[in-house]
Amino acid sequence: MTDWQPLWLSFRLAFITTVLLLVISVPLAYWLAYSRWRGKAVIEALISLPMVLPPTVLGFYLLIALSPSHLVFTFTGLVIASLFYSLPFMVNPLLSGFKSLPPALREASYTLGKSGWTTLIKVLLPNIRPSLLTGIVLSFAHTIGEFGVVLMIGGNIPGQTRVASLAIYDEMQSMNYAAAGRYALVLFALSFSILLTVHLVNHHFSKPDPLS
Amino acid sequence: MIQFQANKTLLTSAGRQQMEVAFEVEKGQLLTLYGPSGAGKTTILRILSGLTSVSSGYIAVDGEVWYDPRKKINVPTQHRSIGFVFQDFGLFPHWSVYDNLRYALPKGEDPRLMHELIELMELGSLRDARPAFLSGGQQQRVALARAIVRKPRLLLLDEPLSALDDDMRHRLQDYLERIRKHYELTTVLVSHHLPEILRLADEVIWLDKGRIRQQGPPEKIFPGQSNRQSAPEKT
Repeated sequence: MTDWQPLWLSFRLAFITTVLLLVISVPLAYWLAYSRWRGKAVIEALISLPMVLPPTVLGFYLLIALSPSHLVFTFTGLVIASLFYSLPFMVNPLLSGFKSLPPALREASYTLGKSGWTTLIKVLLPNIRPSLLTGIVLSFAHTIGEFGVVLMIGGNIPGQTRVASLAIYDEMQSMNYAAAGRYALVLFALSFSILLTVHLVNHHFSKPDPLS
Repeated sequence: MIQFQANKTLLTSAGRQQMEVAFEVEKGQLLTLYGPSGAGKTTILRILSGLTSVSSGYIAVDGEVWYDPRKKINVPTQHRSIGFVFQDFGLFPHWSVYDNLRYALPKGEDPRLMHELIELMELGSLRDARPAFLSGGQQQRVALARAIVRKPRLLLLDEPLSALDDDMRHRLQDYLERIRKHYELTTVLVSHHLPEILRLADEVIWLDKGRIRQQGPPEKIFPGQSNRQSAPEKT
């Protein structure tokens, strides 16, 4: 009998993380794309760090940072860690989306008296839909695939922080290959199908290029 | 009336150039900026709209100061009452022609002018088409209509009729004349097309390398040309 709880926990974590990341990353990527502040390269490098750092390094620092707040080994702590861990997977596609738009779009909207906010919501975001979709899906899939960070900060508590990737590791340790295989298969099939969907949808978007 | 004065370093294909331009345009008049590429024509339109910054200068429109660094005034583009037709049109690709125009119409504004523009620019049959499916000339008409829809105080036109055939060009010139007079739209037009300049302009500034080479009424700048004559385009 498969215990579905780790999978459910993984999806819940990925969903909450993705929604929060979307809210945070749209203004952040917008600012990075259009700000003339010279120091923004530092911010861009910081955002991309989780892509190259070993997850254990990130997990270690987060553990130290969150320890005083009693958030370690809780689901909320996992969400906070996931936000940092998956941030580049949301920000970077949005950033390249904004940068690929012709400047005349934003400028035309400004000359029509529209605010930066209205321009962002009504003009810019609808024209970077493929980037939005890529960001959402990559963040979701990447959060599902977390291992090192959740191990460091989550502590593998069943029902709380024991997500699917940890459950696979546990089942392996206790030589329970059948259960590990079931979790692995679900994650494999799910990851493959969402990535396939993204590629198919983006292929569809890119056919009649609306910006040419 | 527009009072304009600007200093700016231009980066052109010929290297750095210092632009120093000052002029005034009476309310309701049409000023044409003429001159070779890289002379600073488009840059002046962008400075007037607030899209490009300058090292020093002064801009006031109908007594309202838009730019005065000494008083730390720099009205953002959104708050300048302008209509801008970009050389590459800047139409919103995700919307139909109609939605492009509707977006430009300020909230609570009477949509009659918008419908009138759709008719006059012969955009009725293209209402639901997206910009990607329009020809260059059609896109240009949409861009022109979109710039006029909000009845701006200052109309900035960067070669707005260049992609049109002669017939449509003439009709839109007539229409532009009428609507400008009707709403007293002060206009700055970038154009290379001599017949168009002779027909529309009240005043011409001939720019070269960021400086004013000549300024005056079109008949004086281009003596011997009549507006019925077709002159070779200068690029």
